[in-house]
Amino acid sequence: MGNKEEYQLRVEDIHLAFGGLQALDGVSTGIKKGEIFSIIGPNGAGKTCLLNCINHFYHPEKGKIIFEGQDITYLKPHRIASLGIARTFQNVELFAHMTVLDNIKLGGHINMKSGFISGGIYYGKTRNEEMAFRKHVEEDIIDLLEIEQIRKSIVHSLPYGLQKRVELARALAIKPKILLLDEPATGMNLEETEDIARFILDINEEWEVTIILIEHDMGVVMDISDRVCVLDFGIKIAEGAPEEIRHNEHVIKAYLGEEDLTYSRLGA
Amino acid sequence: MRCGDFKEDYIKDEEIFQSYFVKFWLTLFFIFLIIFPFIANYYMLYVANMIGFAIIGAIGLNLLTGFTGQISLGHAAFIGVGAYTSAIMITRLGFSFWLSLPFAGLVAALAGMIIGIPSLRVKGLYLCIATLAAQFIFEFIFVHWESMTKGITGIHIPPPRISSLEFTTEKEFYWITLFFVVLGVGYARNLVRSKMGRAFVAIRDRDLAAEIIGINLFRYKLSAFAIGSFYAGIAGALWVSFLKVVTPDHFPLFLSIQYLAMIIVGGMGSILGSIFGAIFMTLIPELLSYLSEIVKIYAPGNEEIFVPMKGVIFGLLIVLFLLFEPLGLAEIWNRIKSFFRLWPFSY
Ligand SMILES: Nc1ncnc2c1ncn2[C@@H]1O[C@H](COP(=O)(O)OP(=O)(O)O)[C@@H](O)[C@H]1O
Ligand SMILES: [Mg+2]
Repeated sequence: MGNKEEYQLRVEDIHLAFGGLQALDGVSTGIKKGEIFSIIGPNGAGKTCLLNCINHFYHPEKGKIIFEGQDITYLKPHRIASLGIARTFQNVELFAHMTVLDNIKLGGHINMKSGFISGGIYYGKTRNEEMAFRKHVEEDIIDLLEIEQIRKSIVHSLPYGLQKRVELARALAIKPKILLLDEPATGMNLEETEDIARFILDINEEWEVTIILIEHDMGVVMDISDRVCVLDFGIKIAEGAPEEIRHNEHVIKAYLGEEDLTYSRLGA
Repeated sequence: MRCGDFKEDYIKDEEIFQSYFVKFWLTLFFIFLIIFPFIANYYMLYVANMIGFAIIGAIGLNLLTGFTGQISLGHAAFIGVGAYTSAIMITRLGFSFWLSLPFAGLVAALAGMIIGIPSLRVKGLYLCIATLAAQFIFEFIFVHWESMTKGITGIHIPPPRISSLEFTTEKEFYWITLFFVVLGVGYARNLVRSKMGRAFVAIRDRDLAAEIIGINLFRYKLSAFAIGSFYAGIAGALWVSFLKVVTPDHFPLFLSIQYLAMIIVGGMGSILGSIFGAIFMTLIPELLSYLSEIVKIYAPGNEEIFVPMKGVIFGLLIVLFLLFEPLGLAEIWNRIKSFFRLWPFSY
């Protein structure tokens, strides 16, 4: 591990238990500004738990989370979001009965200024703000993620793959500094998976957003990650460039019986 | 312009009234509201005023319950707080009716926020009970804090005035009511399409997802209680100035339920629904007393059956709408509108 200062987000010695189960057992790592950092590991390894600790949906018994020099371990989830840490979920957490557009607009919550007075008057300040935001949503987010066709659709009527894309769009509306993505390609076919990988790269490069990615598709992980961290039974067993991880014997052992690393699209 | 206009232009998409069709009918409706007092009799004007107060109160409850998902059984209490605040300020402190109004709203809002504090910890049924407790506590205060409220004798309130102009009759008061209904509807319509309104709906639909996009649950729930109760307070102050008297039995639990019925029947999470619900639920008791008058003439002695009917019909309507039309009259209205969308103005 290099100098602590170079990390945008630091996770220090996180312990999290459910009853007797140690979901995270002293996990420490650091994520650099602008990188794509992937977390992999077998099912139940504690990957989602780690994201939930960063968002403070779970409260680690021990350990610290430092974002841009600020200790955020005890901040409420909404405060963490307003610092610019956005998130998508393994099982999609959208407002199912709203339109795609309304969902994305809601993502802009923290960037809108209007209060209960200006909001109720609407014309003037609020209207300008709404228009500017709508323009941003239409021209930057909806265009980027190629969801023009569905923006008036109700979310729950959409196939799962598109819902995941909408959730990504909503996270972008936060104008995040860091994006936490929990298995964004799960349940997608090959073509959709490639789309998602391309979007993640675009977001990372064009928007200069740091990405923390949990993904089971090893092809995607090895293709787009700058660094990879491997969890197994709540313990970090390896961390490094995709090339190193691919040949790490602990990793290969942990994955035995799960999925043969050598058969995925290595180096494709 | 109604005919299947697909809007590429999102600027236009953000407008409230999206077509000339709607603007046309709305203008007609406004003209009707202006000439109404000149063609209506006093009874009709009385009912119109009552509908106006109900609209303001129902919008308040709908913002809280329909939009934000925080069930309240204490709405009548907040209406009462506003009513008493205004009455006491006018009669004791010599405030004008006009100046007492914002205070009525603010004191009710404060009461609402205090009652809303448990909403961060409890939901659904438990919040129901907490607000029910508020209902009983305030009812108790209205009756027993006699030095302030004059207990069951109540407080008599002089009519509002602007210099020498008095608003005594139903017809005169109609203008006050209309003004505040328009103001209240306009404010709410705008609020629900701004940041705050979207946050309300987000909290109702999925509070976990709301938090993840940075919505401060506590702050927005309390805001919903404050704004909802502000409306209640204004409705209460207007109502008792219209009646010229306020007593504790103006604000029973039944009134809270009646307001819940309005937003359920009218349409939860819809400003238009609040208006429909308020009209509908105000007219039903009037219709019942009208029926009992008729029965009294043709079958004297049987008119008594209509007295308990009010409660039964309200209960029945709530159940039927929850079962068969959970989005209320507003949804029925939407269906009718889309039916007529291409007719007869299909350009
Ligand atoms: N809320 C919870 N209550 C109890 N156990 C949990 C909870 N969340 C996660 N776990 C357990 O913690 C372990 C790690 O889970 P998770 O982080 O979801 O794994 P994954 O790496 O597949 O995302 C699992 O054994 C899971 O059952
Ligand atoms: Mg997981």
